[in-house]
Amino acid sequence: MKVRISAALALLLVVSACSAGSTASVSSGPDTLAVGFTAEPANFDFTRTDGTAIPQALLYNVYEGLVKLDPTGKIVPLLARSWTVSDDRRTYDFQLQPGVKFSNGAPFTADDVRFSIDRVKTDWTISIKSKMDVVDHVEVVDPLHARVVLKKPSNGWLFDMTGRVGAMFSPTGVADLANTPVGTGPYHVQSRRRGDSIVLAANPAYWGKPPAYKTVILKYIKDPTALNNALLSNGIDVIAQITAPDSIPQFENDTRFTVLQGTTNGEVVLSFNGRKAPFDDVRVRRALILAVDRKALLDTAWAGRGTVLGSMVPPTDPWYEDLSGYYPHDPAQAKALLAEAGQSNLSFTLRVANLPYATAAAQVVASDLADIGVHVTIEPLDFPAVWLKQVFTDHDFDASIVQHVEARDITTFGNPKYYWGYDNPRVRQLIADADAGTPEQQVADMREVARTITADAAANWLFLYPNVVVAKKKVTGLAANQVSESFDLTGLG
Amino acid sequence: MAFTIVRRVAILVVSVLVASIVVFAFMAVLPGDPAQVALGVNATPELLAKTRHDFGLDRPVVEQYLSWMGGVLHGDFGRSYVTGEAIGPQLIDRLGVTLWLVGAGMLVAVVLAVPFGALAAVWHRRFGGTAISGLSQLGVAVPAFLAGILLVQVFAVQLRWLPSGGWTPPDQDTGEFLRGLVLPALSLGIVQGAVLTRYVRSAVLDTLGQDYLRTARSKGLRPYPALMRHGMRNAAVPVVTVLGLQLTTLLIGAVVVERVFVLPGLGSMLLDSVSARDLLSVQAIVLVLVVAVLVVNFVVDLLYVVIDPRLRTAR
Repeated sequence: MKVRISAALALLLVVSACSAGSTASVSSGPDTLAVGFTAEPANFDFTRTDGTAIPQALLYNVYEGLVKLDPTGKIVPLLARSWTVSDDRRTYDFQLQPGVKFSNGAPFTADDVRFSIDRVKTDWTISIKSKMDVVDHVEVVDPLHARVVLKKPSNGWLFDMTGRVGAMFSPTGVADLANTPVGTGPYHVQSRRRGDSIVLAANPAYWGKPPAYKTVILKYIKDPTALNNALLSNGIDVIAQITAPDSIPQFENDTRFTVLQGTTNGEVVLSFNGRKAPFDDVRVRRALILAVDRKALLDTAWAGRGTVLGSMVPPTDPWYEDLSGYYPHDPAQAKALLAEAGQSNLSFTLRVANLPYATAAAQVVASDLADIGVHVTIEPLDFPAVWLKQVFTDHDFDASIVQHVEARDITTFGNPKYYWGYDNPRVRQLIADADAGTPEQQVADMREVARTITADAAANWLFLYPNVVVAKKKVTGLAANQVSESFDLTGLG
Repeated sequence: MAFTIVRRVAILVVSVLVASIVVFAFMAVLPGDPAQVALGVNATPELLAKTRHDFGLDRPVVEQYLSWMGGVLHGDFGRSYVTGEAIGPQLIDRLGVTLWLVGAGMLVAVVLAVPFGALAAVWHRRFGGTAISGLSQLGVAVPAFLAGILLVQVFAVQLRWLPSGGWTPPDQDTGEFLRGLVLPALSLGIVQGAVLTRYVRSAVLDTLGQDYLRTARSKGLRPYPALMRHGMRNAAVPVVTVLGLQLTTLLIGAVVVERVFVLPGLGSMLLDSVSARDLLSVQAIVLVLVVAVLVVNFVVDLLYVVIDPRLRTAR
């Protein structure tokens, strides 16, 4: 017995000694990269399953569209080498890359463009399929020339083509999208272990520049501490996005790592239920914004990383302008406005998503508002399940805090049915004009939308969620900004 | 004997049924709409209604329960709301991970408890025995997740000897699989080992007082070898039954340890499914866990009967 125990212990020691000094890591070898994420895709079919996790893994890496977003937020060619827009802005002529093949060997031609765009209308079930409603029809001019005709001019359509709905599929590759994605990208899905990882392998027949890493392992680690530990112990090479700021200094102070900080499309919004009194009174909304010190809030909620906002526009959008000074922190004026509106004894409930950034922000909001005599009760709601039901669907709330991650979601202020119940015909008109006009008009009109909702105090845009990427020094070419739905592996060195 | 077994089986079946109803009822009253969670923030009311209908959420609760239970009895756990995959194969896959963990945790517990428990008994009048008893008290008080966090800090983050988490299937890379299992097994095993140490100690103390050991000692054998050669088998009888009872504790502990070490077992599947309101998955997992606990208890009960003839008359 004694001998056997010693043997077992010896074996243990040998096993751990083998690894001492070497890396305890899956990414063995220079051709392999392991990236850690928190949100795991439920399956591989983003035509029927919503959420950010699937496009984050697959878009630009496995699936490609005609166009893509570069790290600065510009629309650049991908499967379309070039394109022209007609004078009435309704017809787009795309000249396609020659020699492109899907990962199953099928060639990519204009027929596939028509198939993919039509399929959004017929087979997709998630609601962003509506982004293709504006398409009238697709013509195959020749195998390398696809013509898309819109029902009405739409700048938003081309932008949407850089995302999920623009992904190109082959009729020969849509039989089992949930498990077997078939795209034209530099990688194809090699294997997956649910609850653990997805392995992407380089596609040897890729038409473009071969990717730097032959194998990329996407590791899914829900717990932020475990995710940090995985990088610290060499289990992974990159953390795609840090979710809690308190761990960042330890990476910054460690010479093994590079820390990149940029922007996202994630506005953390303190929304008011505009359908209810007193939040239908612009003076009350303005008072509630003036009372909150957003700079101090950002320091508390996200260690000062991130961007203080003044409207629902991130700096990577072409119509961004800094409106963060529009409502300075001014408790005295806030008090005066509340008195003017007859709401000096205001008390309300703040229903926030039970996520770290939201609960931390809620504490600051509550204490700032207490200073002007407003009593706030914080009610954390289980996110997503309960928050979606109570706040988002049933509109059963006074005010709420949650992050809105979608690109260009300022257009939600043009939807009166949206949960914050903002209804302004002028904003609706401006959004429509921006979509139909030239790119210059679009910028001018959207800028006007942003100014209008700010002047209207439609919501309190607390801050823009930062994108903090941590990687081992050897990993180069990571983008600091997260502008698209994709964690783009193609630029890595 | 036969009657006892039949009675135990009947109790087992009734317990599983009751458990399934309780699990179903709990999930039914949880706030949140599975269809809404599955569809996300862009869902239209029409699509929501259609999805609810597809999931069968618009049917009466009793009907939902009966159709679910009917499926389960045929071995069909249904399809996940969130992933659209059949739950059964996924369960088996995840259960494999959890069983490896529980098995390894058990091994660690036994490897720790048997020698230390025996030593504590042999040295029960000396400092060494007191020290071991004290340490085991301490071990009992440390929750498995805390042990896990500490082990990760030391061996993964600081020393970088072992992975901080993750799972490599044994057929893919045995070395990596073993290295990945060390820390989770220790987290789980240290606590259980501490509990077991105390049982071993008292069992061995009992044995040490027996005549045959005194005989062995009088032949000149030192206490520890004498015990190892002659006494261990007798001491093992009560310890084995305790081991059975501990299996259930290990199973529950595994749920937490899986979270700390990012292992794709039943525990992490359970937590993910609850937050996604993936009702069918939650029900299936909880049912599997409940059945596992009940079956272990059932087997332990039977073992008692086998070991101790006095229990064979039905009481």
